[in-house]
Amino acid sequence: MSLIGAKVLRKEDPNLITGQGLYVDDLQPAGCAFMATVRSTQPHARIVAVDTSAARSIDGVLAAWTATDIANLPARPSSLPGMDMPLITGDVARFVGDIVAVVVAADRSTAADAAEAVIVDYEPLPAVASLGQALATDAPMIHPVLQGNTVFFQDYTEDLSAEFAAAPRTASLSLVNNRCAPVPIEPNVVLADWGPAGLTVWAAFQAPHHLRNTIAAFFGISQDTTRVIAPDVGGGFGAKINFASEIFLAAALSRALSRPVKYTQTRSECMVAMFHGRAQEHKVDVAFDDSGKILALKVQVTQDQGAYPDATGMGLPVLTTAMSAGCYKIPKVAVSWRNVVTNTTPVAAYRGAGRPEASYMIERVIDLVADETGVDPIEVRKTNFIPADGFPYQTHSPLAVYDSGNFAGALDELLRHVDYPALKAEQAARMADPTEKLLGIGFSSWLEIAGFGPPGSLEAFGHLASWESAQVRVQPDGSAIIYTGASPHGQGTVTTFAQIAADQLGIDFDRISVRHGDTAVIPQGIGTMGSRAVAVGGEGVKTASTRVFERAKKIAAHLLEATEDDIVVENEEFHVRGTPSKSVPWSQVAWKSFQPLELPAGMEPGSLDATVFQQVPNFSFPSGAYCCVVEIDRETGEVEIRNMYLVDDCGTVINPMLVEGQVHGGVAQGIAQALYEHMQYDESGVPRTATLMDYLVPAAPDLPGYVSGRTVTLNPSNTLGAKGVGESGSVGAPPAVINAVVDALSHLGVKHIDMPATPQKIWSILRGSK
Amino acid sequence: MGMIPARFDYRQAGSVAEALQLLVSCDDAKLLAGGHSLVPLMKMRLVSPATLIDISGIAELQGVADTGSVLRVGALTRHRVVERSQVVAQHVPLLAHVAGLVGDPQVRNRGTIGGSLVHGDPAADLPSVALATGATMIVTGPAGERRITAADFFVDFLETAVGPDEILTAIEFPKRTGAGFGYEKFVRRSMDYAIVGVAVQAGEQPGIALVNMGSVPRRAEAASQALASGAAVDAVAALAADGTNPPEDLNANADYRRHLASVLTKRALLAAGYR
Repeated sequence: MSLIGAKVLRKEDPNLITGQGLYVDDLQPAGCAFMATVRSTQPHARIVAVDTSAARSIDGVLAAWTATDIANLPARPSSLPGMDMPLITGDVARFVGDIVAVVVAADRSTAADAAEAVIVDYEPLPAVASLGQALATDAPMIHPVLQGNTVFFQDYTEDLSAEFAAAPRTASLSLVNNRCAPVPIEPNVVLADWGPAGLTVWAAFQAPHHLRNTIAAFFGISQDTTRVIAPDVGGGFGAKINFASEIFLAAALSRALSRPVKYTQTRSECMVAMFHGRAQEHKVDVAFDDSGKILALKVQVTQDQGAYPDATGMGLPVLTTAMSAGCYKIPKVAVSWRNVVTNTTPVAAYRGAGRPEASYMIERVIDLVADETGVDPIEVRKTNFIPADGFPYQTHSPLAVYDSGNFAGALDELLRHVDYPALKAEQAARMADPTEKLLGIGFSSWLEIAGFGPPGSLEAFGHLASWESAQVRVQPDGSAIIYTGASPHGQGTVTTFAQIAADQLGIDFDRISVRHGDTAVIPQGIGTMGSRAVAVGGEGVKTASTRVFERAKKIAAHLLEATEDDIVVENEEFHVRGTPSKSVPWSQVAWKSFQPLELPAGMEPGSLDATVFQQVPNFSFPSGAYCCVVEIDRETGEVEIRNMYLVDDCGTVINPMLVEGQVHGGVAQGIAQALYEHMQYDESGVPRTATLMDYLVPAAPDLPGYVSGRTVTLNPSNTLGAKGVGESGSVGAPPAVINAVVDALSHLGVKHIDMPATPQKIWSILRGSK
Repeated sequence: MGMIPARFDYRQAGSVAEALQLLVSCDDAKLLAGGHSLVPLMKMRLVSPATLIDISGIAELQGVADTGSVLRVGALTRHRVVERSQVVAQHVPLLAHVAGLVGDPQVRNRGTIGGSLVHGDPAADLPSVALATGATMIVTGPAGERRITAADFFVDFLETAVGPDEILTAIEFPKRTGAGFGYEKFVRRSMDYAIVGVAVQAGEQPGIALVNMGSVPRRAEAASQALASGAAVDAVAALAADGTNPPEDLNANADYRRHLASVLTKRALLAAGYR
């Protein structure tokens, strides 16, 4: 019986739900010292002086470093030349949160006291807090190497003026994709121990080998004596792919002090120091006809990079513009983008990284076309969908060749759950009765690019390669250990990979362990991001397991004096097909695989061990159709999500429970972006939402129950058929929610509302309409 | 930045008398009850008292007593106890109801009624109950006990009439047995502080009090008077924000808060049984 698709309980949970997980902050080696940071309180300022003398005089303080103490170290890796992010900034502070000094003390409280005792003398400089300010004429500049604040500009890839001039109808839309803070429950945490035998770094990180290789290069040391361990990691959402400066500082301080140095970001620091996500503005022009058929699309993305452009962050608009056509066959698409620096926290990957921005844009455009033509949004979608037999589909972007999908099928499946005519009738009845709340119905047919990726795809973001490693090692007792280069931080990889291996090996799920996160033990790996763990890493586990199984069959055939092709496995017993009595248990095959005298001629001992660096030929393209139904209180402007219908197509489902969990979490983050979360700065660049009192991460009671459906189109790039699902919800949910809110208010002439759709914004609209 | 308080001395008081004595003998001391207002401020280093006097173990300050015409609630009574008290639910149902809306269950299991009132936060729920029901605060100091009406208790932003050498020991709520009540709390996110809240106590001497409509917890005086004189619900609600100077923040500007105060007042009045 196959375990693929089985609702197996998570192997991770007994530890995690009884509080026995092991996180970096749980580690407390002998002699461990604590690092604390002094961060700029100024958005942009010349640093006149940093006085650490009072901090140094505090009992228990071991070090207080400023920029001069790290003059021999490079800037933060993944920076752009000339716009490097210093680990400790010396001359100029460029955002609130920029590190100005670090202190180390024997205990955490003393370190906090010492950080407070550091006196920084700032001379404020004019700052740019928004894209508008950054791009204004004579705007203050952040990096002298730039002319202005634009890091990179790509003009429209094509001139579509003829298409727009010839089109029966055109419309335009300006959108803001609100800046979000990742807010994992566990912030950035690092413990560095630099001893005579080498450097070991425990870090809350999503790609430990990537970090190990980068640390080694950073310090000019050898990879073999550099070890990175990512133990249990409490959420990452992409933010833990970024090379946090604190990791390198802790290692440098450990070397200098000859003792382990630990740093645990406080929540207050995490809000301004952990890189943010989204932060785009879009200007969109669409040409279409009276039937709602889209003829041409122009998309201009302006990406706020924050104070220091990050290599991953620079790629966000590339992904957004690659995916700008969504599920639709649009004859002409021209895209343009601009990366801009501001005096704010740097921006990089955050769950979906560039794709939620694309789906939000194109799904808002679809509803705009529906509104302009009077054609129902469902019909506009169906009119423009790439047909189910239209794959592979080459988009306007060389990056994106859609592999498979059935967008109309997903929407039809959605409409099986949603009684659309009844909702439309209810909407009309409520509109007519001023005592009733308004009803809004919003759809999103979304698509994303995931399963990173084909050769070259992650290299572009500085990774070693784009494959993922998997090693399967059968132990002498017939149990198996899987080593994966993927580095889970909540995905349930330990469970899904054991399911995949169990199927291929014929070894019981309970006797398969999955290990990850330690570069001293795991073959060189890449990491977990871009919804790639199952689609690439899981496929690797399958490939390696198959290789091991073929060798085990050879041994079993030898022991049973049968031919290999007749050997089958059942209940951990190899036997000859049709002759169940002639059998040998897996445990014996495993045991004998290590004993040369028991092996067939030419077979080496220890052969039930295979390592694979799994490549895939293309990205994967998870898709789906969501519907959100909102009620809006006409007196207060409050939006309440009444229903959320979710149809996901992630290809083959390994574990439906985990897929549901990923979708629910992603949708929660999508709803959060649409209604609650917005990292805001005042005009001078001071964050206004730097605590969880002001930055509204929704709580469980704020979220609706979900109705889930599923369609399955297989991923042709792997034999599992799985596409990945980690980011889907955050890609699909925001447009569904905002389309519903706009739908509820469209009778008032509302064409668009920027996220988050707060009660005050909606009240202002309702009041204005009276 | 955040989460680790500055160093402080910690003293435990076993009785009110001992706590009063420690208040005099320790410099720059703060009383620690449930800690749910004080500790976050300390962790952000917005306050850094030299000494914390832990009064949470003082038995005489805990629990609810029915003294006939009033309910006397010890200042250290936890929100959860108030929320679940049958006596409170019967005689001051508005108090039991609102106590159940403070924060989340963890907060309610630690936070105390006295701590919430003496913090004087205009965004907190319970001051509005004290104001709407006409409660009296019992404060004990070196000179003995004094009684302060709720209306006189809240002085300024995060400042009450309790002196630096005094302790709020109990709150007396006049019984409102059988009278209607309403509480409306507008939040963007569940379990948060109110963006605006309105408490309505029906019956004889009805009262309406507002949450987060100024720098100080306050009664909606004009609306309360209109209610007492029998004005219609809409007319009363229209007066809710009269004389207020609401704060402005990311969630609501002053206009929106005034509007919400009226909407919520109407809803609370309807819940309290007014038509």
